[in-house]
Amino acid sequence: MYAQMVKTDGTGIKSSEQMTPEERAFQERIDADSRIEPKEWMPAGYRKTLIRQISQHAHSEIVGQLPESNWVTRAPTLERKAILLAKVQDEAGHGLYLYCAAETLGISRDEMFEQLHSGRAKYSSIFNYPTLSWADIGTVGWLVDGAAIMNQVPLQRTSYGPYARAMVRICKEESFHQRQGFHIMMQMAKGTEAQRRMAQDALDRFWYPALMMFGPSDADSVHSAQSMAWKIKIDTNDGLRQKFVDQTVPQAEYLGLTVPDDKLAWNADKFGEGKGGYDFSEPDWDEFFAVISGDGPCNAERLGARVKAWEEGAWYREGLMANAAKQADRQPAQAAA
Amino acid sequence: MSSVSSSAYPDTKEPAAERTPRPEWPLWEIFIRGQHGLNHRHVGSLHASDAQMAISNARDVYTRRNEGVSIWAVRSADIVASAPSEKGPLFDPADSKVYRHPTFFDIPEEVGHM
Repeated sequence: MYAQMVKTDGTGIKSSEQMTPEERAFQERIDADSRIEPKEWMPAGYRKTLIRQISQHAHSEIVGQLPESNWVTRAPTLERKAILLAKVQDEAGHGLYLYCAAETLGISRDEMFEQLHSGRAKYSSIFNYPTLSWADIGTVGWLVDGAAIMNQVPLQRTSYGPYARAMVRICKEESFHQRQGFHIMMQMAKGTEAQRRMAQDALDRFWYPALMMFGPSDADSVHSAQSMAWKIKIDTNDGLRQKFVDQTVPQAEYLGLTVPDDKLAWNADKFGEGKGGYDFSEPDWDEFFAVISGDGPCNAERLGARVKAWEEGAWYREGLMANAAKQADRQPAQAAA
Repeated sequence: MSSVSSSAYPDTKEPAAERTPRPEWPLWEIFIRGQHGLNHRHVGSLHASDAQMAISNARDVYTRRNEGVSIWAVRSADIVASAPSEKGPLFDPADSKVYRHPTFFDIPEEVGHM
Protein backbone atom coordinates (compact mmCIF):
# COMPACT_ATOMS: atom_id res chain seq x y z
CA MET A 1 0.00 0.00 0.00
CA TYR A 2 1.49 3.34 0.92
CA ALA A 3 3.65 1.05 2.98
CA GLN A 4 4.63 -1.82 0.69
CA MET A 5 6.73 -4.82 1.63
CA VAL A 6 7.55 -3.52 5.08
CA LYS A 7 10.08 -5.94 6.50
CA THR A 8 8.77 -7.25 9.80
CA ASP A 9 11.35 -7.64 12.51
CA GLY A 10 11.56 -10.85 14.46
CA THR A 11 11.60 -14.51 13.62
CA GLY A 12 7.90 -15.10 13.21
CA ILE A 13 5.17 -15.57 15.73
CA LYS A 14 6.12 -16.98 19.08
CA SER A 15 3.78 -19.25 20.94
CA SER A 16 2.53 -18.10 24.30
CA GLU A 17 5.03 -20.44 26.04
CA GLN A 18 7.96 -19.06 24.05
CA MET A 19 7.20 -15.50 25.06
CA THR A 20 8.75 -13.71 27.99
CA PRO A 21 6.22 -12.54 30.62
CA GLU A 22 6.51 -9.00 29.22
CA GLU A 23 5.88 -10.18 25.67
CA ARG A 24 2.93 -12.25 26.80
CA ALA A 25 1.34 -9.34 28.67
CA PHE A 26 1.93 -7.14 25.62
CA GLN A 27 0.31 -9.64 23.23
CA GLU A 28 -2.65 -10.09 25.59
CA ARG A 29 -3.27 -6.35 25.56
CA ILE A 30 -3.17 -6.32 21.76
CA ASP A 31 -5.51 -9.31 21.57
CA ALA A 32 -7.92 -7.42 23.85
CA ASP A 33 -7.83 -4.48 21.38
CA SER A 34 -6.10 -2.21 23.85
CA ARG A 35 -3.90 0.56 22.37
CA ILE A 36 -0.18 0.74 22.99
CA GLU A 37 1.08 4.22 23.85
CA PRO A 38 4.53 5.77 23.29
CA LYS A 39 6.26 5.22 26.60
CA GLU A 40 4.87 1.79 27.33
CA TRP A 41 6.98 -1.32 27.04
CA MET A 42 6.95 -2.92 23.59
CA PRO A 43 9.05 -5.63 21.93
CA ALA A 44 12.03 -4.18 20.04
CA GLY A 45 10.76 -5.81 16.85
CA TYR A 46 7.37 -4.13 17.19
CA ARG A 47 9.04 -0.75 17.59
CA LYS A 48 11.42 -1.27 14.66
CA THR A 49 8.74 -2.59 12.34
CA LEU A 50 6.40 0.26 13.19
CA ILE A 51 9.09 2.89 12.60
CA ARG A 52 9.76 1.31 9.21
CA GLN A 53 6.06 1.11 8.32
CA ILE A 54 4.97 4.55 9.55
CA SER A 55 7.96 6.35 8.07
CA GLN A 56 7.47 4.61 4.73
CA HIS A 57 3.86 5.67 4.83
CA ALA A 58 4.91 9.26 5.65
CA HIS A 59 7.50 9.31 2.87
CA SER A 60 4.80 8.16 0.42
CA GLU A 61 2.54 11.05 1.39
CA ILE A 62 5.38 13.55 0.91
CA VAL A 63 6.71 12.11 -2.37
CA GLY A 64 3.09 11.68 -3.50
CA GLN A 65 2.79 15.46 -3.72
CA LEU A 66 5.26 15.57 -6.59
CA PRO A 67 3.30 13.89 -9.43
CA GLU A 68 0.31 16.07 -8.58
CA SER A 69 2.13 19.34 -8.11
CA ASN A 70 3.17 18.90 -11.75
CA TRP A 71 -0.40 19.86 -12.66
CA VAL A 72 -1.06 22.71 -10.23
CA THR A 73 -0.01 25.32 -12.80
CA ARG A 74 -1.71 23.42 -15.63
CA ALA A 75 -5.11 22.75 -14.07
CA PRO A 76 -7.89 23.47 -16.60
CA THR A 77 -9.82 25.96 -14.42
CA LEU A 78 -9.13 28.18 -11.44
CA GLU A 79 -11.49 26.05 -9.33
CA ARG A 80 -9.67 22.84 -10.27
CA LYS A 81 -6.39 24.53 -9.44
CA ALA A 82 -7.63 25.57 -5.98
CA ILE A 83 -8.94 22.04 -5.36
CA LEU A 84 -5.66 20.45 -6.44
CA LEU A 85 -3.68 22.83 -4.25
CA ALA A 86 -5.87 21.87 -1.28
CA LYS A 87 -5.33 18.19 -2.01
CA VAL A 88 -1.56 18.57 -2.31
CA GLN A 89 -1.58 20.51 0.96
CA ASP A 90 -3.52 17.67 2.59
CA GLU A 91 -0.85 15.21 1.44
CA ALA A 92 1.79 17.34 3.17
CA GLY A 93 -0.38 17.33 6.30
CA HIS A 94 -0.76 13.55 6.14
CA GLY A 95 2.99 13.18 5.90
CA LEU A 96 3.40 15.40 8.96
CA TYR A 97 0.84 13.50 11.06
CA LEU A 98 2.68 10.29 10.27
CA TYR A 99 6.19 11.63 10.87
CA CYS A 100 4.95 12.80 14.29
CA ALA A 101 3.56 9.36 15.03
CA ALA A 102 6.89 7.76 14.10
CA GLU A 103 8.79 10.26 16.24
CA THR A 104 6.92 9.06 19.33
CA LEU A 105 8.79 5.76 18.86
CA GLY A 106 12.18 7.41 19.35
CA ILE A 107 13.42 8.25 15.84
CA SER A 108 14.11 11.86 14.85
CA ARG A 109 12.56 13.63 11.87
CA ASP A 110 15.97 14.35 10.37
CA GLU A 111 16.94 10.73 10.65
CA MET A 112 13.83 9.70 8.70
CA PHE A 113 14.57 12.30 6.02
CA GLU A 114 18.12 11.04 5.82
CA GLN A 115 16.81 7.50 5.26
CA LEU A 116 14.52 8.71 2.49
CA HIS A 117 17.09 10.89 0.77
CA SER A 118 19.81 8.26 0.84
CA GLY A 119 17.43 5.72 -0.69
CA ARG A 120 17.51 3.43 2.36
CA ALA A 121 13.82 3.98 3.11
CA LYS A 122 11.16 3.05 0.59
CA TYR A 123 8.03 4.85 -0.45
CA SER A 124 5.07 3.59 -2.46
CA SER A 125 5.91 2.39 -5.97
CA ILE A 126 2.91 4.25 -7.41
CA PHE A 127 4.56 7.66 -7.17
CA ASN A 128 7.32 6.64 -9.54
CA TYR A 129 4.95 6.78 -12.50
CA PRO A 130 4.57 10.03 -14.46
CA THR A 131 1.37 12.11 -14.64
CA LEU A 132 1.21 12.84 -18.36
CA SER A 133 -2.24 14.36 -18.80
CA TRP A 134 -4.95 16.07 -16.74
CA ALA A 135 -6.87 12.78 -16.76
CA ASP A 136 -3.96 11.29 -14.81
CA ILE A 137 -4.80 13.66 -11.96
CA GLY A 138 -8.36 12.36 -11.99
CA THR A 139 -7.13 8.77 -12.10
CA VAL A 140 -4.68 9.31 -9.26
CA GLY A 141 -7.47 10.65 -7.03
CA TRP A 142 -9.89 7.93 -8.06
CA LEU A 143 -7.59 4.89 -8.05
CA VAL A 144 -4.54 5.80 -5.97
CA ASP A 145 -6.41 7.56 -3.18
CA GLY A 146 -9.14 4.93 -3.49
CA ALA A 147 -6.58 2.19 -2.91
CA ALA A 148 -5.06 4.19 -0.06
CA ILE A 149 -8.44 4.47 1.67
CA MET A 150 -8.92 0.72 1.33
CA ASN A 151 -5.75 0.19 3.33
CA GLN A 152 -6.07 3.07 5.75
CA VAL A 153 -9.61 2.56 7.00
CA PRO A 154 -8.71 -0.69 8.81
CA LEU A 155 -5.48 0.90 10.09
CA GLN A 156 -7.60 3.24 12.22
CA ARG A 157 -7.86 0.19 14.50
CA THR A 158 -4.13 -0.51 14.53
CA SER A 159 -2.62 -1.32 17.92
CA TYR A 160 -0.26 1.67 18.20
CA GLY A 161 -2.21 4.66 19.53
CA PRO A 162 -0.44 7.55 17.74
CA TYR A 163 -0.54 5.67 14.42
CA ALA A 164 -4.24 4.84 14.80
CA ARG A 165 -5.05 8.46 15.66
CA ALA A 166 -3.07 9.77 12.67
CA MET A 167 -5.07 7.35 10.51
CA VAL A 168 -8.37 8.67 11.84
CA ARG A 169 -7.39 12.18 10.80
CA ILE A 170 -6.13 11.03 7.42
CA CYS A 171 -9.22 8.97 6.62
CA LYS A 172 -11.46 11.94 7.35
CA GLU A 173 -9.65 13.91 4.67
CA GLU A 174 -8.95 11.19 2.14
CA SER A 175 -12.49 10.80 0.91
CA PHE A 176 -12.38 14.30 -0.58
CA HIS A 177 -9.33 13.22 -2.59
CA GLN A 178 -11.01 10.21 -4.12
CA ARG A 179 -14.23 12.01 -4.90
CA GLN A 180 -12.52 14.97 -6.55
CA GLY A 181 -10.60 12.49 -8.71
CA PHE A 182 -13.71 10.61 -9.74
CA HIS A 183 -15.41 13.93 -10.46
CA ILE A 184 -12.61 14.84 -12.87
CA MET A 185 -13.03 11.44 -14.53
CA MET A 186 -16.81 11.90 -14.83
CA GLN A 187 -16.30 15.17 -16.66
CA MET A 188 -13.64 13.77 -18.96
CA ALA A 189 -15.46 10.50 -19.70
CA LYS A 190 -18.62 12.38 -20.61
CA GLY A 191 -16.77 15.15 -22.46
CA THR A 192 -15.47 15.26 -26.01
CA GLU A 193 -14.14 12.15 -27.74
CA ALA A 194 -10.59 13.42 -27.18
CA GLN A 195 -11.26 13.83 -23.45
CA ARG A 196 -12.79 10.36 -23.24
CA ARG A 197 -9.71 8.89 -24.95
CA MET A 198 -7.51 10.74 -22.48
CA ALA A 199 -9.51 9.28 -19.57
CA GLN A 200 -9.23 5.75 -21.02
CA ASP A 201 -5.49 6.20 -21.61
CA ALA A 202 -5.00 7.27 -17.99
CA LEU A 203 -6.92 4.22 -16.72
CA ASP A 204 -4.88 1.97 -19.03
CA ARG A 205 -1.63 3.26 -17.59
CA PHE A 206 -2.63 3.41 -13.90
CA TRP A 207 -4.69 0.24 -13.47
CA TYR A 208 -1.84 -2.21 -12.89
CA PRO A 209 0.38 0.19 -10.92
CA ALA A 210 -2.68 0.78 -8.69
CA LEU A 211 -3.06 -2.99 -8.15
CA MET A 212 0.65 -3.14 -7.27
CA MET A 213 0.07 -0.67 -4.43
CA PHE A 214 -1.18 -3.51 -2.25
CA GLY A 215 2.11 -5.38 -2.67
CA PRO A 216 2.67 -8.98 -3.78
CA SER A 217 0.70 -11.80 -2.22
CA ASP A 218 1.62 -12.21 1.42
CA ALA A 219 -0.70 -15.07 2.19
CA ASP A 220 2.16 -17.36 3.23
CA SER A 221 4.51 -14.78 4.69
CA VAL A 222 5.65 -15.34 8.29
CA HIS A 223 6.54 -11.65 8.49
CA SER A 224 3.01 -10.61 7.59
CA ALA A 225 1.66 -13.09 10.12
CA GLN A 226 3.73 -11.41 12.86
CA SER A 227 2.59 -7.93 11.80
CA MET A 228 -1.00 -9.15 11.81
CA ALA A 229 -0.59 -10.66 15.28
CA TRP A 230 0.70 -7.27 16.42
CA LYS A 231 -2.26 -5.63 14.64
CA ILE A 232 -0.09 -3.25 12.70
CA LYS A 233 -1.30 -4.97 9.55
CA ILE A 234 -4.99 -5.74 9.50
CA ASP A 235 -5.75 -7.35 6.12
CA THR A 236 -3.78 -9.45 3.66
CA ASN A 237 -2.50 -7.78 0.49
CA ASP A 238 -4.61 -10.11 -1.66
CA GLY A 239 -7.70 -9.45 0.41
CA LEU A 240 -7.36 -5.69 -0.01
CA ARG A 241 -6.60 -5.99 -3.72
CA GLN A 242 -9.73 -8.07 -4.27
CA LYS A 243 -11.81 -5.54 -2.37
CA PHE A 244 -10.34 -2.73 -4.46
CA VAL A 245 -11.10 -4.47 -7.76
CA ASP A 246 -14.63 -5.36 -6.67
CA GLN A 247 -15.28 -1.75 -5.73
CA THR A 248 -13.60 -0.11 -8.71
CA VAL A 249 -14.84 -2.13 -11.69
CA PRO A 250 -18.47 -0.93 -11.36
CA GLN A 251 -17.17 2.64 -11.09
CA ALA A 252 -15.23 2.20 -14.34
CA GLU A 253 -18.40 0.81 -15.93
CA TYR A 254 -20.31 3.86 -14.77
CA LEU A 255 -17.72 6.04 -16.48
CA GLY A 256 -18.00 3.94 -19.64
CA LEU A 257 -14.30 3.14 -19.46
CA THR A 258 -12.73 -0.27 -20.00
CA VAL A 259 -10.49 -1.86 -17.39
CA PRO A 260 -7.43 -3.05 -19.36
CA ASP A 261 -7.74 -6.72 -18.43
CA ASP A 262 -9.05 -9.42 -20.82
CA LYS A 263 -9.43 -11.86 -17.96
CA LEU A 264 -11.59 -9.58 -15.86
CA ALA A 265 -14.89 -11.35 -15.15
CA TRP A 266 -17.39 -11.57 -12.32
CA ASN A 267 -17.17 -14.90 -10.54
CA ALA A 268 -20.36 -15.33 -8.56
CA ASP A 269 -18.92 -18.05 -6.36
CA LYS A 270 -15.26 -17.06 -6.19
CA PHE A 271 -15.01 -17.56 -2.44
CA GLY A 272 -17.67 -20.24 -2.06
CA GLU A 273 -20.94 -20.05 -0.18
CA GLY A 274 -22.27 -17.59 -2.70
CA LYS A 275 -19.58 -15.00 -1.99
CA GLY A 276 -18.57 -13.55 -5.33
CA GLY A 277 -15.68 -11.46 -6.57
CA TYR A 278 -14.00 -10.48 -9.80
CA ASP A 279 -11.39 -12.71 -11.38
CA PHE A 280 -8.60 -10.48 -12.63
CA SER A 281 -5.03 -10.57 -13.93
CA GLU A 282 -2.10 -10.03 -11.61
CA PRO A 283 0.12 -7.05 -12.35
CA ASP A 284 3.65 -7.60 -13.65
CA TRP A 285 5.52 -8.27 -10.41
CA ASP A 286 8.92 -7.98 -12.08
CA GLU A 287 8.02 -4.41 -12.91
CA PHE A 288 6.93 -3.85 -9.31
CA PHE A 289 10.20 -5.15 -7.88
CA ALA A 290 12.16 -2.95 -10.27
CA VAL A 291 10.16 0.16 -9.35
CA ILE A 292 10.21 -0.43 -5.59
CA SER A 293 13.98 -0.96 -5.63
CA GLY A 294 14.63 2.32 -7.42
CA ASP A 295 14.37 1.49 -11.09
CA GLY A 296 11.00 2.91 -12.12
CA PRO A 297 10.22 5.61 -14.69
CA CYS A 298 10.46 8.51 -12.22
CA ASN A 299 12.43 7.28 -9.18
CA ALA A 300 15.47 9.45 -9.85
CA GLU A 301 13.35 12.50 -10.59
CA ARG A 302 11.26 12.12 -7.42
CA LEU A 303 14.18 11.59 -5.05
CA GLY A 304 16.12 14.29 -6.85
CA ALA A 305 13.31 16.78 -6.21
CA ARG A 306 13.17 15.81 -2.53
CA VAL A 307 16.93 16.09 -1.99
CA LYS A 308 17.04 19.41 -3.84
CA ALA A 309 14.25 20.86 -1.70
CA TRP A 310 15.96 19.63 1.48
CA GLU A 311 19.39 20.96 0.58
CA GLU A 312 18.18 24.26 -0.78
CA GLY A 313 16.09 24.78 2.37
CA ALA A 314 19.04 24.25 4.72
CA TRP A 315 19.92 27.98 4.97
CA TYR A 316 16.29 28.72 5.87
CA ARG A 317 16.08 26.09 8.59
CA GLU A 318 19.41 27.17 10.06
CA GLY A 319 18.62 30.86 9.79
CA LEU A 320 15.35 30.52 11.67
CA MET A 321 17.02 28.50 14.42
CA ALA A 322 19.71 31.18 14.75
CA ASN A 323 16.99 33.83 14.88
CA ALA A 324 15.04 31.91 17.53
CA ALA A 325 18.19 31.57 19.66
CA LYS A 326 18.90 35.29 19.33
CA GLN A 327 15.35 36.23 20.30
CA ALA A 328 15.51 33.91 23.31
CA ASP A 329 18.75 35.56 24.45
CA ARG A 330 17.25 39.03 24.15
CA GLN A 331 14.15 38.19 26.11
CA PRO A 332 15.24 36.02 29.02
CA ALA A 333 12.44 37.43 31.16
CA GLN A 334 9.78 36.33 28.73
CA ALA A 335 11.32 32.88 28.39
CA ALA A 336 11.21 32.47 32.15
CA ALA A 337 7.66 33.75 32.50
CA MET B 1 12.06 5.72 37.53
CA SER B 2 10.72 9.01 38.72
CA SER B 3 7.68 9.92 36.71
CA VAL B 4 7.86 13.63 37.27
CA SER B 5 11.01 14.25 35.30
CA SER B 6 10.11 12.14 32.31
CA SER B 7 8.73 13.55 29.07
CA ALA B 8 5.82 12.28 27.03
CA TYR B 9 7.97 10.26 24.63
CA PRO B 10 10.87 7.85 24.86
CA ASP B 11 14.27 9.48 24.55
CA THR B 12 15.10 10.33 20.99
CA LYS B 13 18.55 9.15 20.14
CA GLU B 14 20.46 11.71 18.19
CA PRO B 15 22.23 9.82 15.46
CA ALA B 16 21.01 12.53 13.11
CA ALA B 17 23.40 14.89 14.85
CA GLU B 18 26.33 12.83 13.63
CA ARG B 19 25.30 13.14 10.02
CA THR B 20 23.72 16.60 10.02
CA PRO B 21 25.54 19.14 12.13
CA ARG B 22 22.52 21.43 12.45
CA PRO B 23 19.91 20.93 15.15
CA GLU B 24 16.32 20.10 14.26
CA TRP B 25 13.63 22.66 14.86
CA PRO B 26 12.20 21.80 18.26
CA LEU B 27 9.08 19.69 18.62
CA TRP B 28 5.85 21.32 19.85
CA GLU B 29 2.66 19.71 21.10
CA ILE B 30 -0.47 21.28 19.65
CA PHE B 31 -3.80 21.70 21.46
CA ILE B 32 -6.90 22.95 19.63
CA ARG B 33 -10.16 24.26 20.98
CA GLY B 34 -12.95 23.03 18.72
CA GLN B 35 -16.02 25.01 17.75
CA HIS B 36 -18.22 23.95 20.60
CA GLY B 37 -16.83 25.59 23.71
CA LEU B 38 -14.80 22.52 24.58
CA ASN B 39 -11.42 22.34 26.28
CA HIS B 40 -8.29 22.60 24.21
CA ARG B 41 -7.53 19.07 23.16
CA HIS B 42 -4.22 17.50 22.12
CA VAL B 43 -4.22 16.89 18.35
CA GLY B 44 -0.59 16.08 17.60
CA SER B 45 2.80 17.66 17.29
CA LEU B 46 4.96 19.54 14.81
CA HIS B 47 8.36 21.15 14.41
CA ALA B 48 8.86 24.91 14.49
CA SER B 49 11.78 27.21 15.18
CA ASP B 50 9.83 29.44 17.56
CA ALA B 51 6.43 29.96 19.19
CA GLN B 52 5.03 32.15 16.45
CA MET B 53 5.88 29.61 13.79
CA ALA B 54 4.43 26.84 15.94
CA ILE B 55 1.08 28.63 15.93
CA SER B 56 1.08 29.33 12.21
CA ASN B 57 2.21 25.80 11.35
CA ALA B 58 -0.47 24.41 13.66
CA ARG B 59 -3.02 26.48 11.77
CA ASP B 60 -1.89 24.90 8.49
CA VAL B 61 -1.44 21.35 9.73
CA TYR B 62 -4.33 20.89 12.13
CA THR B 63 -7.12 23.34 11.22
CA ARG B 64 -7.51 23.18 7.44
CA ARG B 65 -11.20 22.33 7.81
CA ASN B 66 -12.43 24.64 10.54
CA GLU B 67 -11.42 22.27 13.31
CA GLY B 68 -10.64 25.02 15.76
CA VAL B 69 -11.11 28.51 17.13
CA SER B 70 -7.99 28.62 19.32
CA ILE B 71 -4.55 27.03 19.38
CA TRP B 72 -2.13 26.28 22.20
CA ALA B 73 1.44 25.28 21.41
CA VAL B 74 3.71 23.86 24.11
CA ARG B 75 7.27 22.73 23.63
CA SER B 76 7.29 18.92 23.89
CA ALA B 77 10.39 19.16 26.08
CA ASP B 78 8.36 21.12 28.64
CA ILE B 79 5.67 18.45 29.03
CA VAL B 80 5.88 16.44 32.20
CA ALA B 81 4.27 13.01 32.02
CA SER B 82 3.49 10.22 34.43
CA ALA B 83 5.28 6.94 33.80
CA PRO B 84 3.28 3.93 32.55
CA SER B 85 4.80 1.88 35.39
CA GLU B 86 3.11 4.19 37.91
CA LYS B 87 -0.34 3.61 36.51
CA GLY B 88 -1.21 1.30 39.42
CA PRO B 89 -0.15 3.49 42.36
CA LEU B 90 -1.65 6.59 40.71
CA PHE B 91 -5.01 5.34 39.57
CA ASP B 92 -5.89 2.11 41.38
CA PRO B 93 -6.88 3.84 44.65
CA ALA B 94 -9.91 5.34 42.88
CA ASP B 95 -11.23 1.83 42.16
CA SER B 96 -12.34 1.22 45.74
CA LYS B 97 -14.18 4.51 46.17
CA VAL B 98 -17.43 3.70 44.44
CA TYR B 99 -19.29 6.03 46.84
CA ARG B 100 -17.87 8.92 44.83
CA HIS B 101 -20.43 8.12 42.13
CA PRO B 102 -24.03 9.29 42.67
CA THR B 103 -25.42 5.90 41.62
CA PHE B 104 -23.91 4.44 44.82
CA PHE B 105 -26.83 5.88 46.78
CA ASP B 106 -30.30 4.41 46.38
CA ILE B 107 -32.90 7.13 46.75
CA PRO B 108 -36.55 5.98 46.99
CA GLU B 109 -38.64 6.78 43.94
CA GLU B 110 -41.18 8.83 45.93
CA VAL B 111 -38.45 11.40 46.68
CA GLY B 112 -38.45 12.29 43.01
CA HIS B 113 -35.56 13.43 40.87
CA MET B 114 -32.37 14.19 42.72
